[in-house]
Amino acid sequence: MSDRRVPVRAGLFDADGDGTVTLLGSRCRACGRASFPRAEVCPYCGSADLEPVRLSPTGTLWGWTTVHAAPPGYEGPVPFGFGVVELPEGVRVITRLETVDVPDLAFGMPMRAELAPLSENEDGDTVVTYTFAPA
Amino acid sequence: MSDAVHIAGVGIHPFGRFPDRTVTDLGVAAVRAALDDAGDPRFDAAFCGTAYAGVAAGHKVLSALARTGMPIVNVEAGCASGAAALRLGAEAIAAGQHDTVLVYGIEKMPKGIIRSTFFEPWREEAGLAATPAYFALRAQRLQREAGVTDEQLARVVVKNRRHGVHNPDAMFRKETTVEEVLGSRIVCEPLRLFMLCSPNEGAAAVVLRRGASGDSAPVRLVGVALRSHLPGSVLGEATPLSGVDDRDIPPPTTLAARDAYAAAGVEAADVDVVECQDTDAARELLSYEELGLCEPGEQGALLDGGATTLGGQQPVNPSGGLLSKGEPLGASALGQVVELTRQLRGTAGARQVDGARVALAHTVGRGANASVTILTR
Repeated sequence: MSDRRVPVRAGLFDADGDGTVTLLGSRCRACGRASFPRAEVCPYCGSADLEPVRLSPTGTLWGWTTVHAAPPGYEGPVPFGFGVVELPEGVRVITRLETVDVPDLAFGMPMRAELAPLSENEDGDTVVTYTFAPA
Repeated sequence: MSDAVHIAGVGIHPFGRFPDRTVTDLGVAAVRAALDDAGDPRFDAAFCGTAYAGVAAGHKVLSALARTGMPIVNVEAGCASGAAALRLGAEAIAAGQHDTVLVYGIEKMPKGIIRSTFFEPWREEAGLAATPAYFALRAQRLQREAGVTDEQLARVVVKNRRHGVHNPDAMFRKETTVEEVLGSRIVCEPLRLFMLCSPNEGAAAVVLRRGASGDSAPVRLVGVALRSHLPGSVLGEATPLSGVDDRDIPPPTTLAARDAYAAAGVEAADVDVVECQDTDAARELLSYEELGLCEPGEQGALLDGGATTLGGQQPVNPSGGLLSKGEPLGASALGQVVELTRQLRGTAGARQVDGARVALAHTVGRGANASVTILTR
């Protein structure tokens, strides 16, 4: 087993050496809206005039629940948190949450992006995805 | 289209679990019943709604009935598949292309959370294809923005299950209580098992015909609208990975309702009976506002006042809804049309809405797709 971490999908996020996790998005030069994940065409106005942006690693909690049974195609641990975090760029992101205890969370709570391990691949690398935890 | 198309016949195979019957068998039963009800087995074209039945599924049903040769089109639009087929059939008649069209919907769903090719594999692997979690987040936002309580979510289930007791085509025909609903296991807070409909199996069929029938007061199809989503809502049925502030972006149900009301020349207040998409208890309450049955924030009060219960001003889901019937995707919209045709004919028995003259059917789901169908008599 290696210590290597590989993203569940390339190009969704990156992680700095200091542990900062950054979601990779786009900003549309035509309508001004930011989006996630990175795209070639703005999902809101259809313009192809997009610039890549690094979204803020912190945001606020907009909605949350807990998934108690593994959904189709998922082999990681259950239960796990699931919710929406609103980033300062105006993007509401669907995300895992590191907190599964619903009463511990509150609307508008500050949240920070982290990495969550999902599984081990055939090379022994740890497959990771982005997640958010209370900041 | 308004007065050109009427419902000549309807048929249904009960919704439930039928391990010994193929999806073709289910379709054959519904189509035979609808053709019998129409009193004339002839039709010029066929449209079949299904999401999971596979290649040429509608052709297999009509092959088994020795009724082929006409154009047969299979239609997929998620939870609105049957309504999309209905729209194609109605428009073919309105356009002068055909005089009689058979529309049917068939489905045999796997148990549990619906697996869908809709999601990219990485999203399943990351746990982000958890469909009920999206429903739960919508329910939580409804609670926050409209003050809906857990008890009110439970009362939607109690209402629909009470209605369903009288529907021989429903899967669950037993009443439940607020305590039992709130005591059922958590799926995703705030939604509990009894608050979610069960994906299941079934079929429904409708024969559409041009012009007046022999019936002096035929059931007319006066509006059948189908819309997809506008981008924006992070919790919309399009289930994107992200969204933006969507306060000024109308959801697809609202878009479809506007189209259907305009085509039918009626308003929400004119509607006597509604069948709406109650995939989960919160989805029914969201639909109240999106269909114009109440103002924003008034969903809980509308429910509590009894307006949407049988005997009330605008009963919603007298069939028991999907919470009682279960949801066979391709068949569910046409199952609503079968129910509402019976309501308008006055043959709905113990679940009859007295004097119903204007009826509305609604679906919304993956895609996103939303349909609103209006029938009158």
